[in-house]
Order: sequence, then structure tokens, then C-alpha cells
Amino acid sequence: MKELLSGNEALARGLYEAGVTFASAYPGTPSTEVLENLVQYKDDVYSEWAPNEKVATEVAYGASMAGARSFCTMKMVGLNVAADPLFTAAYQGVNGGFVLMSADDPSMHSSQNEQDNRHYARHAKIAMIEPSDSQECKDFIVKAYELSEKFDTPVLFRMTTRLDHSKSLVEFGERTEHKIPEYEKNPRKNICTPANAYLNHPIVVQRLENLAEYGNDCDLNSVEMNGTKIGVVTAGISYQYAKEAFPEDTSFLKLGLTYPLPMKLIKDFASKVDELYIIEELDGFMEDQIKAAGIECKGKELTGEMYELNAQLLEERIFGKAPEIKEVAAKAVARPPALCPGCPHRGFFYTMSKGKDFVCTGDIGCYTLGSAQPLNALDSCLCMGGGFTVAMGMSKVFEQTGADKKVFGVVGDSTFFHSGMTGLAEIIYNKGKVIPVVLDNGITGMTGQQENPGSGYTLEEDVANVISIEGVMKACGFVNIFTVDPQDLTAMQEAVDGALASEEPAAIVTRRECRLLKRAEKPDGICKVDSDKCIGCKMCVKVGCPAISFKDGKSIIDHTQCVGCTVCMQVCPVEAIEKEAK
Amino acid sequence: MSDVKSVIIAGVGGQGAILVSKIMTNGLIQAGYDVKQSEVHGMSQRGGSVTTQVRWGEKVYGPVFGKGCADLLIAMENMEAVRYADFLKPDGVAVINDYERDSMTTASGLEEYPEGCLKAMQDQFKTIAVDAEGIAEELGNAKCMNVVLFGALADSLGMPDIDWEQVVADTVPQKVRDLNIEAFRRGRAEAK
Repeated sequence: MKELLSGNEALARGLYEAGVTFASAYPGTPSTEVLENLVQYKDDVYSEWAPNEKVATEVAYGASMAGARSFCTMKMVGLNVAADPLFTAAYQGVNGGFVLMSADDPSMHSSQNEQDNRHYARHAKIAMIEPSDSQECKDFIVKAYELSEKFDTPVLFRMTTRLDHSKSLVEFGERTEHKIPEYEKNPRKNICTPANAYLNHPIVVQRLENLAEYGNDCDLNSVEMNGTKIGVVTAGISYQYAKEAFPEDTSFLKLGLTYPLPMKLIKDFASKVDELYIIEELDGFMEDQIKAAGIECKGKELTGEMYELNAQLLEERIFGKAPEIKEVAAKAVARPPALCPGCPHRGFFYTMSKGKDFVCTGDIGCYTLGSAQPLNALDSCLCMGGGFTVAMGMSKVFEQTGADKKVFGVVGDSTFFHSGMTGLAEIIYNKGKVIPVVLDNGITGMTGQQENPGSGYTLEEDVANVISIEGVMKACGFVNIFTVDPQDLTAMQEAVDGALASEEPAAIVTRRECRLLKRAEKPDGICKVDSDKCIGCKMCVKVGCPAISFKDGKSIIDHTQCVGCTVCMQVCPVEAIEKEAK
Repeated sequence: MSDVKSVIIAGVGGQGAILVSKIMTNGLIQAGYDVKQSEVHGMSQRGGSVTTQVRWGEKVYGPVFGKGCADLLIAMENMEAVRYADFLKPDGVAVINDYERDSMTTASGLEEYPEGCLKAMQDQFKTIAVDAEGIAEELGNAKCMNVVLFGALADSLGMPDIDWEQVVADTVPQKVRDLNIEAFRRGRAEAK
């Protein structure tokens, strides 16, 4: 019986079947579900959430060095964080097979940029494998480990959102155990002194030549000859779109091993067709190399280098076939994402939205939504950890120019452990006038409730040591640390005022559980507007709660959405909102 | 590819579109079709506009499709029907939960919720509109709105050999089985 699995679910199954015994990751859409699914095999595979992607890569590489087949995964921007260990691991090679899955996000469904991580394989000089459906996610990961060990190389396993999160039918196989050999010290290979690196570089170059030769005749790459008029070279999800969009007599060279490119195979394929197209999402990664090899082809000038493709877009851009669309008379307005009803971050951002001279730099997570209307409470969001450090740079300039601004740097609890702690050190060490704020909701929220070093549990659901955020702040040298329930607006305002008034370095920790947390207490009631008392001042609307709307001059609370957090009740000037027991 | 059927489900994060697609795909797999389904996770789920796509046939390639390609648009809210109307084929069918859910911008008065969404759809497409929200409330659990809506669309899938009621029963958790079977029946009857 075949099962309908997402690429991430299938990949988890493949890791199990490949005899992997060690996996580490930092959650990031669209990669998160791989380890969430791998943990079902915890008797055979150790899985963990690492504090960040660099750590995940390093520990997984250490496991490989000790002989295990090991794995790490991250969203594409996570590989920017993890690039340092990866580039040197590329020089040193592996012991047990080592694979890193990068989940790219064309069209940026849940990401801050649209980077094409295939360039990392070329840049780091390592092998890259790209599957094109869930079955291949499972099958190719097994081959990735064989390739990693055969060629002594880390493998970049590159997926995209539509592979990670789309489901197709998968047939399971059996697990093959990988025997971990006895550890032998190998300083020549594993210590990256300049002298060793100097000797490793030619090995890396030779390895790429060997891989390219292997790619000309391996089962990761396949040729489907259906005719001689049009040929398509493609890989990954683009293969599916191209199969649908091109005429039936089109021939395909479908690549699974996409770095290094099997140029002999491509040349041979090109010679058999009249016209050659390269179909790939985002950059012309394959096309540029194929053109540089002197092979005539078309691609990016037609398909474009931004956003996701699909069959209809290819038909339109390549064959000029526009879709038949009926226009409807009504027009939808924006429906942007918002902080959930009862989100603990709301009280903090509401308080921030009232300070006219406040500058508030945000970070990556649910709390990026503090930027949304009507709260509009953030000035920036750059990258993981940037909440503290962008604040630092801005505040230094405000000091230089004498601008009267009060700067708050905001990160969440998981982000704090990811890369916020070094920002704290920066603020204390270089005497910043920044108030760091950690919004601690006890979980990694945006990616769907993953444990972290502050949540009390591990991925495998063991009880874990909780690292005290306040303790870390104290150790860095913060003196006045205000821990507050952000849902209590009076206390929240007092904490902000207290931190601003402090002569000594001050910080704020807002602490309340995410409403979506399974461990969270059930709501004890919901809020209701007494429309006779409501004066239509819209104060409650300004807290930006999806459960509140304004109709015919009065506020209404949707009882199916409200969880009784009372933030709206606290801002109502005429006590028109009451909480009723549920 | 002509035998491939394509469905797009549009709604607001948290309305339960995933269960609708799960019932659909369970039934189609049992019937022996090649099935692909695609959804988006992360940021957009937080009360934003979300879509799920389901495709089936003898052989399906792309897990997603583009504009003008859907045989069926299922909208869990009126404005979301309009937003994704251009995914429908000219002779496609829309099944709509006749319900208006404010977005953050309309709730706070920055923009007006557009008028006449349902009528705009009815003017252009064969449209089945049901008050799935109201029926679910009548049944005592607003959360089964999605299954009421599934009932309303089941016959539009054009798969008369599949016993959809049984698939619903097998897909939902045991403790809400009876409720959801009733929700399915009410939705199906409403669409006739």
C-alpha cells in the first residue's frame, strides 16, 4: 500500500531506511516537519533540535566524524548561518555519510528572501542532489548517503517548498543498518590547519571531477527520449511542471545529481534534439553552466528568475498560451496574517505602539506580526538575532546625532538561544543604550510549536534543563531585569517605564505561554461587548485582535475566536467589555 | 493531462481546509487514483489567506496548478472565493461557505470588506452556496463547518463511485465521528 506523504515526511522515512542514526536541526519553514517525523524512529535514530543551524551542522558533522550516518536540516537562510562549518567540512570530507538538507522557499511563502541555495553546492565544492517528488525524497536520500561515503563528500540535499509540503504517493522500503566503525583519530584529515587545508584543496577539486564523471552514468540522472524536436534539461519540482507543460514528444534529461553537472551527458542529450530548454526555478544555475560549456539553450529569458513556476506559467511563457480567465465584479482586499487571538505578544506591542519616540527593532518569528496594522509597532526585521543588534547600531547613531529616541530590541525565546545571546554581550560590552526585550512564550511558535532550550522538553519529549533567560542577562551584566506578564497592560507599561528610568543596564522579559501550546491552560472564559455600553471609540480595535470587528458603530467580538485574554477589556474606557465564564 | 482533475480550497488560516483535503485525498487514493496535494505552512497560517490544492487522475505531475486550471473552487469564506476566482476554468464550479470573515484591515476600518462577493461569483460561475457556518452552529459545534462544506461539495467532485460518507467516517477522529457524519449529510442535502 502506498501512502500519501509530504516530501518532508517521505524524507524522514528515507533517513530511517538509510540507516541514519543521528539528526539535528533548527526549525524553519519549510524544513521543520522532517525531524518532527523522524522522531517516530527514536529507538533507531537520535533526533534533536539544536539552538541554531550552525550548531545543528556542527554536531551532525561531529557525528559523521565519529562514523555515524548523520543528517542536519534547515530552511535556506539557515544555511547562511551554517555556511562556516559546511565550507570546511567540504575540505575534510566525511567518515559516516553526511547530508545537509536545505529547504528553499521560492515565492517566499514564509521567508525573508528568495535565495537559491544551489549556489552553496558550487561555492562549497560539494555534491548536490535534488528530488522531484515524495518518492524520490525517500529514495534519493538513501543514494545521497552512498554517494557521500563513496566520494568522501558532504552532500547538499536541496528541496523547495512544493517538495517539502506537497504530498504524493510513496512506497516504503526496509531499513538497512549502517555499522559504525571503531573510531580512529585522523588529524591529517580532520584538523583544518592551513597546511592540511592546502593539501585538501586538490583532493576537493579531484573529487568534483570524479563526481561529474559519475553523473554521466548514474541512476540519479535519467534520459527519456520521446522525440528529437524539443529537449528539456530539468531537475527538482520543475521536472513535474515541465512534463505537464511541454508537448508529449518532448525528450527529457532529468537530473537528480545537479552538482557537479554531468556535462558529457548534457552535451550528448543536446546533440540529439533540435531545440534545448533548461527549466529551473529561481536562478539560471544549470543554464549558466550549460551555456558556459558552449551548449546552445533557452531558459531564463523565457521562464524568469523570480518566484515559483507551475505548468500554466510555463505554457504561457514558453508557448504563449495565456489561461482563459473569467473576471468577477468584486475585488478582494488584503488579508494579511495577524497575531492570534490571545497571543501574549499583543500586550507588549500594544504598549510599544503608544510610545511616539520608541524605536522597536524586531526579529524572525510570530512577533514579526507586531509590525502589522493596526499595531504597527516595529521599525525593522532583518534576520535571526538582528532584533538586539540592529537596535544597537541604530541607538549608537541616535547618540551621535542627539536624536531623542528610545530603542527597544526585540527577540523571542527561541531566537534568544539561536543568536540573541551574542547581541546581549555586544550591548553590555560596547555600552549600548538599548533595552533588550525577550518575548518568552515558552515555545518556538511560528514554525508550529517546537521545543527549545527554554521550553523544558527535548524533541524526543524528554524533560530538559531550562536555561534561564534572566540568568543569562544577569551573567552578561544587566542589573534591572523586569519580568512581566504582557497580558497585564498596567504591569507591561510599568516594566517599560521602569526599564527606561533605569540608570543601570536594564532588560525586559515578557513571559506568557503561546495560546497554541498543547500544554497551555484552556481558556476560562471569553469576552463579550455590551453594545448598549459601547461608545464606538474603537480603542479595542486598536489592539489588532482578529476576533474583534467593528460594525454599525459598535465593536463585536467573535465568540468562536476569542480566548478571553482580556487585553481589549483592559483598553475599553467605558467598561463595555466583560468576561463571561465559558 | 486531460484526465487530471484540479481542486483549490481557499480560506483563512485555522478554518480547517486541511481536513477537507484529507477527506478528499483519502477517498481518491482508496479509489486507486494518483493523487497530489499541496499546502503552505508558516507565516500565512496566522489568520492570513491560505490555499490548498488537490489533483488526481491516472498520472499527476505538478502538485500545484496555475490560473484558469481548477475544475472546482472551494471557498470557506466569500471574499476568499473572489480572491481565487481566477484559478477556476471558465466552466468550473464554485462551492462557497456563505460567510463573511473580516480581515485585520477590514475589522480595524482601514479597508471596507467588499460587497457582493457571492453575487459576483454567481454571475460568472456555476455556484453552490451554503451556510455551512450556520449549519455547524445548529449542530452544536462551529468547528464542523469544514465537514458541512465538504458535504456540499462532495457531489461536485464527480466521483459517484466513492462512498464519501464512509470516507468522512474513516477520516475524522472517533469521538466526533457522529457529529461529522451528520455535518456531512446536512451539507450534502443543502447543496441539492
